[in-house]
Amino acid sequence: MKRALFVLVLVLSIALVGCAGSAKSDTIKVGWFGALTGDQAVWGENEFNTVKMLFEEYNNAGGIEVGGKKYKLEAIGYDNKGDAQEAVNVVKRLTGQDKVVAILGPNASGNAIPIAPVLEQAKVPDIATVATNPKVTVLDGKVKPYNFRVCFIDPYQGAVAAGYAYDRLNDSKAAILYDVSDDYSQGLREFFKANFEKKGGTIVADESFNGGDVDFRPQLSKIKAANPDIIFMPYFFKEVALSANQARELGIKTTLMGGDGWPSDQLISMGGKSVEGSYFVNHLDYADPAVQDYKARYKAKYGKETELNGYLVHDAVLLLVAGLQKAGKVNGEALAKALEGIQVQGITGMINISPETHNPEGKDAAIIKIVDGQYVFQEKYAAK
Amino acid sequence: MDWTYIQGILMLAGINLISVLGLSLLTGFTGLFSFGHAGFMAIGAYIGALMTVSPSTTPAGLGLPFFVGIIAGGAAAGIVSYFIGRITLSLKGDYFCIATLGFGEATRLLLNNVQIFGGSRGWPGVPYKSTLPVIVLVDVVAVLFLANLIKSRHGRNMIAVREEELAAQVSGIDVFKYKMTALIISAVYAGVAGVFFGHYMTFIQPKMFSMTKSTELTIIVIFGGLGSISGSVLGAVLLTALPEILRAFEIWRLVFYGAAVILIMISRPKGLMGGMELTPSGIRKAQLERKARLEARAEARRLNGLEDGSADEGRGA
Repeated sequence: MKRALFVLVLVLSIALVGCAGSAKSDTIKVGWFGALTGDQAVWGENEFNTVKMLFEEYNNAGGIEVGGKKYKLEAIGYDNKGDAQEAVNVVKRLTGQDKVVAILGPNASGNAIPIAPVLEQAKVPDIATVATNPKVTVLDGKVKPYNFRVCFIDPYQGAVAAGYAYDRLNDSKAAILYDVSDDYSQGLREFFKANFEKKGGTIVADESFNGGDVDFRPQLSKIKAANPDIIFMPYFFKEVALSANQARELGIKTTLMGGDGWPSDQLISMGGKSVEGSYFVNHLDYADPAVQDYKARYKAKYGKETELNGYLVHDAVLLLVAGLQKAGKVNGEALAKALEGIQVQGITGMINISPETHNPEGKDAAIIKIVDGQYVFQEKYAAK
Repeated sequence: MDWTYIQGILMLAGINLISVLGLSLLTGFTGLFSFGHAGFMAIGAYIGALMTVSPSTTPAGLGLPFFVGIIAGGAAAGIVSYFIGRITLSLKGDYFCIATLGFGEATRLLLNNVQIFGGSRGWPGVPYKSTLPVIVLVDVVAVLFLANLIKSRHGRNMIAVREEELAAQVSGIDVFKYKMTALIISAVYAGVAGVFFGHYMTFIQPKMFSMTKSTELTIIVIFGGLGSISGSVLGAVLLTALPEILRAFEIWRLVFYGAAVILIMISRPKGLMGGMELTPSGIRKAQLERKARLEARAEARRLNGLEDGSADEGRGA
């Protein structure tokens, strides 16, 4: 018992020391949260590193000017291991204890939805990065006053994929393979299906698997029998590589297509020849001159390539700074008002926050094709 | 420390406690291990939400008051557990455990596919109804009910089943019936906890009720100590708060969480309060037991000493 007590006291004392951060009046505290542990840690770490890097750059340049006064930016980041319950805890901690003026992240829609009541109570706005579920910012036709995002949404992404497949690639028979246990995958599948059928195409096979599965041959065999023109695979790169390899083994030569869960270095190294010639919808073109500067800075500081999330959190930071400057004061409520209708030129495109939806309206999606193991930009494509 | 933050953790601890208490009856007092109680929580959460969500958000929603949701959620979990129990309770030991594991996963996978509840994309728009006073009230009622049940003849019969199933059966205890009662009560507790959880998060997703959640509940029961209500209360509060307390360790937090649990289990192999209760009579009993143990140890030492002494003498002679 004594030993147990000792451990407890030790743990508590360390925790209390950790809490004793000093607050300076000329600092703007900004929260960030996401997964720093668990299977989404790659993206979380990338986001938080980007936020820290950008804040450091602002601070080295003397800080940002809000309402005629110079402020330094301070990032307070917490891990929620991609868990919704911890997301709520963390937002309560950020708003209640750390008294942040705004929160950046998370990347998962399932984590961004339940934090809305906490944000509304604390009057602190949140800018989500790649949370693409429409219900992150709008529920029951009403916009949530403190939720914003910098990415396009699933219905749009689904419409782009369906439109590009039908109109540009001239495919009229599509097969879908999706992860039924994943919210992102179910969302994209739903909107792809609806839009593809609206265009006049037919879904000849609609197969699902469960997250964590490694064998997709039964589903792929059915897809092969249906003889589609294109296979839509709206899930993440690891399963994409596995299922693509198995599809080629089964002799399926059909073009593959995916969404923003695809781009990763791992996709090419794991998928190799199997994903060659595939198309996917992305938030940006990696070869775009606008993103090169950030890419190089990140590589120089952290010694590795940035992931997709980094680009979006980069624009979330730009949006935050522009919002603060427009508000003219360091206050969550004023910032939320200022963000509505704001226009900021980000590296992923023009971000034009609509007051009705809190989404960046009219942001074009980039269509990327995998050619010789490289992500080759095809065109900016807007769904009609 | 800020109150909203602490309040949030206390509410989660209180919600966890409801399902841990139920599981404590099943695992701690009746001796059946379950790795599927998150499934009952999920049933409670979804049925509860179905009752309270306004029809304007989800066509299926009924827009009824919160207490209807609590009753319906608990009842639904209880009814499902009856059928699960009918099939699985004749299984012994590990086999029952694996059956519950299967049930928990099956529930989650089923909900992934039910599109009227949003499938794996989750169900937003559950009204925010869980408040700390209501949760504490339900916790108190849950503890009192459980304590009285365990003190009653039924509770003693359950403990008898845990201790020696065959002997209990020979003494005329209907083993199946008591196992079933314990399972149903624990499922109702888990269902009610699920309702509160859904109305705290305002958003439910099948992912939230994965096997990790079931394991977490079982860990809390074992950590608190099998066969102890006070242990379950302490365990639920400590283990819910611990990941938040450990935030200072940043990414090492979960490593320390694991280490802390292991350390405590090593220093207290029966859990924090294994078999003991934090009530006046419970403390007296624990003190008496401790005294008896110390006396026994002293006696053993004396006898050993005599033996050693005589051996020495023998060598000397």
